Amino acid sequence: MQDLGIRVLFMGNNMARLLGGLWVAVKISLISMVLSVIFGLLFGMFMTLKNPFTRAISRIYLEFVRIMPQLVLLFLVYFGMTKTFGINLSGELSAVIVFTIWGTAEMGDLVRGALISIPKHQYESGAALGFTQIQTYQYIIIPQTLRRLIPLSINLATRMIKTTSLIVLIGVVEVLKIAQQIIEANRYTVPDSALWIYGTIFFLYFFTCWPISLLAGKLEKRWNG
Amino acid sequence: MKNEETLLEIRHLHKDYGNGAVLKDVSFDVHKGEVLVVIGSSGCGKSTLLRCLNGLESIQTGTISFCGKTIDGSKKDWFQARQKIGMVFQSYDLFPHKTVLENVILAPLKVQKRSRAEAVEEAEILLKRVGLYDKKDVYPRQLSGGQKQRVAIVRALIMHPEVMLFDEVTAALDPEMVREVLDVMLELAKKGLTMIIVTHEMQFAKAVADRVIFLDNGEIAEEDTPENFFNCPKTERAKSFLNTFVFEEG
Repeated sequence: MQDLGIRVLFMGNNMARLLGGLWVAVKISLISMVLSVIFGLLFGMFMTLKNPFTRAISRIYLEFVRIMPQLVLLFLVYFGMTKTFGINLSGELSAVIVFTIWGTAEMGDLVRGALISIPKHQYESGAALGFTQIQTYQYIIIPQTLRRLIPLSINLATRMIKTTSLIVLIGVVEVLKIAQQIIEANRYTVPDSALWIYGTIFFLYFFTCWPISLLAGKLEKRWNG
Repeated sequence: MKNEETLLEIRHLHKDYGNGAVLKDVSFDVHKGEVLVVIGSSGCGKSTLLRCLNGLESIQTGTISFCGKTIDGSKKDWFQARQKIGMVFQSYDLFPHKTVLENVILAPLKVQKRSRAEAVEEAEILLKRVGLYDKKDVYPRQLSGGQKQRVAIVRALIMHPEVMLFDEVTAALDPEMVREVLDVMLELAKKGLTMIIVTHEMQFAKAVADRVIFLDNGEIAEEDTPENFFNCPKTERAKSFLNTFVFEEG
């Protein structure tokens, strides 16, 4: 009986299907992450503005996204849009929208933190050497900000990949959904397949996120050490 | 005065942060080749004065003329002027993401659009002069405070400034590193560089200054040669200030 479970993985094209499901999850994370970085950079700069009105807006946005569980956001976009506005979004598109909204908030906060952590003297040293404001940002502030930002945003990317496991609940067929399908299909022939399939998924997620985490750690060490 | 050509002309400078004046009606000239030392107790406005001369602080009233041309306070004017007015800060802010050499050549390349080869060549000569040539490829975090400050001086020098402003450049240093930085400044003074120095090192002030300005409460309380100022200060305020540096023996 012990060796029965793992058999499921090699039946038909099950392994390929799981990997395909993983690719769906990674693809959604990648697209969302790229969009989050772009919007997050803008939002982060927006957050450093001294204007009380813009501060209030960014505060509300950030808190709203942080307090709201991602699942609620997913339901809000996927079901809410259809019911209220009659806009029929696919599960994958809804996922990208929600992850981008979330990622922009988180990324923006990281950008803001990195920007304000650059000492005032760095701006002044630039100015004192005759750099224009744009040059000061281009050669002095932004390179330093990016160095602080890259390890942090890589961590955000791994969190995003993990959180894609929620999108199964809005009907996206990703790795978890395929796992459920395989388990259901083999319910009678291989009753203990769940452990094996979910165990495999654990390793799939692990081997997707681990190299990314390693890279983040390495970059952090190289630039801060 | 070594030379009568006036480089900087400050007239009736007034600066206010909104809670009382920091600088009140400050006027003085700086001549080419002159070393002007500004001293005074903490909070008297010395650093603010220096920062005004570089446009890092805006002024309420008064005028600053540089090489006979009044700086109108627009950003463009200041960007022009700053290329000729070098400044070194207390906190030796080298750019942490660049090596020593890159720190030094960044402004010549990007601001003055000089060629890389020429900038590197001059940077190396200057680094040799301050004894840091062998450190040219290391990052600032691997340098001591005194070394960083010497690099900061070189970084300002390579722009060929007409005048250099030094804002308490040794105040943040460990005592044993103060000397190496002051020696560099003394050498620059000997070479005839125009400098305005804010410092708390009285011995150094005495040695390097052509003229001393004593700032008290945002006003110029005394302006004299170092001999006169340190030996027989005219005002009570200057006397009591200088006394804080004297220790009774025995």
